[in-house]
Amino acid sequence: MSKITRFTGSDPGAAARVSGFMAHLRTHGFHVGVAETETALRALSCVNPIIPSEARLALKSVCAGSVENSAQFDMLFDSFWMSEGRMRHKMIPSNTNPAPKDAKSNRTDDAQSTSGAGSIHAPEDTQDGKKSYADGTGKLVASKAHNLMKKDLRELVSAEDIRAAEKVAICLGKALRDRRSRRRKAAQRGHSIDLRRTIRRSLATGGEPVHLAKHKRPDRPMKIVALCDVSGSMMHYARPFLAFLAGLMRADSASDAYLFHTRLVRITNALRDDDPLRALNRITLLADGFGGGSKIGANLQHFANSYARNFVDGRSVVIILSDGYDSESSEVLGGALAKLKRRGCKIIWLNPLKGWQGYEPVAKGMAAALPHLDSFAAAATLADLASLERTLERL
Amino acid sequence: MPRTPPMTSWTDLQSSLEGIGYIASDDLATALHIAITLGRPLLLEGAAGVGKTEVARALATIKDTQLIRLQCYEGLDASQAIYEWNYQRQLLSIRAASEAGETGAAVEERIFSEDYLMERPLLKSIRQEIPPVLLIDEIDRADEEFEAYLLEVLSEFQITIPELGTITATTRPLVILTANGTRDLSDALRRRCIYAHIDYPDRQTELAILASRCPDIESHLGQQIVGFVQKLRHEELEKVPGMAEMLDFAAALAGLGIKDLTSDPAVLQAALATLLKTQADRAKVPIEVAARLAGKAA
Repeated sequence: MSKITRFTGSDPGAAARVSGFMAHLRTHGFHVGVAETETALRALSCVNPIIPSEARLALKSVCAGSVENSAQFDMLFDSFWMSEGRMRHKMIPSNTNPAPKDAKSNRTDDAQSTSGAGSIHAPEDTQDGKKSYADGTGKLVASKAHNLMKKDLRELVSAEDIRAAEKVAICLGKALRDRRSRRRKAAQRGHSIDLRRTIRRSLATGGEPVHLAKHKRPDRPMKIVALCDVSGSMMHYARPFLAFLAGLMRADSASDAYLFHTRLVRITNALRDDDPLRALNRITLLADGFGGGSKIGANLQHFANSYARNFVDGRSVVIILSDGYDSESSEVLGGALAKLKRRGCKIIWLNPLKGWQGYEPVAKGMAAALPHLDSFAAAATLADLASLERTLERL
Repeated sequence: MPRTPPMTSWTDLQSSLEGIGYIASDDLATALHIAITLGRPLLLEGAAGVGKTEVARALATIKDTQLIRLQCYEGLDASQAIYEWNYQRQLLSIRAASEAGETGAAVEERIFSEDYLMERPLLKSIRQEIPPVLLIDEIDRADEEFEAYLLEVLSEFQITIPELGTITATTRPLVILTANGTRDLSDALRRRCIYAHIDYPDRQTELAILASRCPDIESHLGQQIVGFVQKLRHEELEKVPGMAEMLDFAAALAGLGIKDLTSDPAVLQAALATLLKTQADRAKVPIEVAARLAGKAA
């Protein structure tokens, strides 16, 4: 029997099959949309699509946009188009219908395990995790299981704290100017003459360049991306850090904030709420599982693979507020930071424990992280954060 | 929509590339063919020295057209990438005009005309009679603003110069972008492009490349050279030798009159200067290691 997937008689046609394939790629993390489907169909018309190897190469050149995707592509292609002659009924997976029964099952499995708000389970809680999905409660069970008490953030942070933190955040934001810009823009006082403007103006004075227009390299603001660890071991420090995040969000509209414990939550929009206390209330709801175990590596990896693609670039400073006690392997953490670093950002790790006398970064996670950090500093209180200004200026 | 060309034409493209000494993998040839047919930019990624830039050169040769190259770097801006006015000439012209008693409006019209415009690669590439090959090299070195601007040019194929108006492309260039992975490119750019990843070639391909570039090297030595370089790529090096290095190495050995790689370790070590370009890498491959690798490669 041929290896190629067979399609039922009611199959709507080649275009639908290709768009079904695009949906298949999307569920596996490819960034493909309608435009790509169109391009893919046109690309297929450039080769002989009857020959699987040609169709494979054509689709690959359109759909795979990076090295990782290229490596994954062949397997996904095989699982969709070459499923050993099995029959494929449904082209486009719909949400109401769980899965085509006889389609290759790895697709549905993968889709389910990635739909849980991006959390990755430690081995010991896989069972619980699966069960909670099945129940449909969406509740996540942390690896160290003592987090079921809910903390109300309003007990931790007061409005005064936020106001004070706002000031600190503004200062830090100012310190983090990017001085690397090599573009120039018009300025009253600049280092070099803007010939274009000078010539323009000289026309008014009969070609005599009386007014010399200048330009200079402008400072660019850096975008701050803050990731705050709120696991059990960090509870004592949550107060200044959360206030700091809240202040940061209010001071700088380009910044971005996340919390993580056993999973990663983006809290930027919640923190932008006009009423600071209502903002904290919203976070309390978001940060279900607050005070539990921490999975720094897995969270950072998730961050690097998802949000960072959109929000982190060469002009970002990623601030990680964590003690580095990871309940998982340290290699993941190192890899995640290396990946993040490749986006060209600066990474600052603020560790409350570093302030302790005789502290050595022996926590395995911390040791793995160190080579990727631009700065590793102590910060346990708001005052500590304020004093960081100097450090950040030097970055 | 462009009409369907003959069915097998990507293999034609592959063989005509081979005809001028560029051995393209199936992946690359298909992607290149699709990019040309659909009029999309082609994004090439891969390690340094796998022949990304060479693709553009080869394509320009087989299409018998001009290669226009824009080398990207951080801070690349409009005056280097798109156009610049020739200020010195403008100044002189204004001076001359004022002595001749010309009026302001006439002078202005003249000095902001095409004669005073200096074309930079992007503008130049859209104003050619025959569609050129536009190579935008190492796009990941340029900053995000430039990437965003490039997206606009690559989708509209027109450039606006305030003093002159909008210039629309007379012909669409074949655009090839290369990236080394210094930073991740934006998804928007990736989605505009047809993508191909170029890897280090396998042994057979590399032998074919060597044979087409240095035809005077005997096949026995050729086998040894390729085997040696392929072995060397598995060592943990800072800078892995690419195609260009391999060809330099072959040329160096030919120049030294070597017939067999294992015959003289000292000469081999000297020729390694063409393959290993950092002090740390040289230290990692001392004379014994080189001799051992050469022995294995044979």
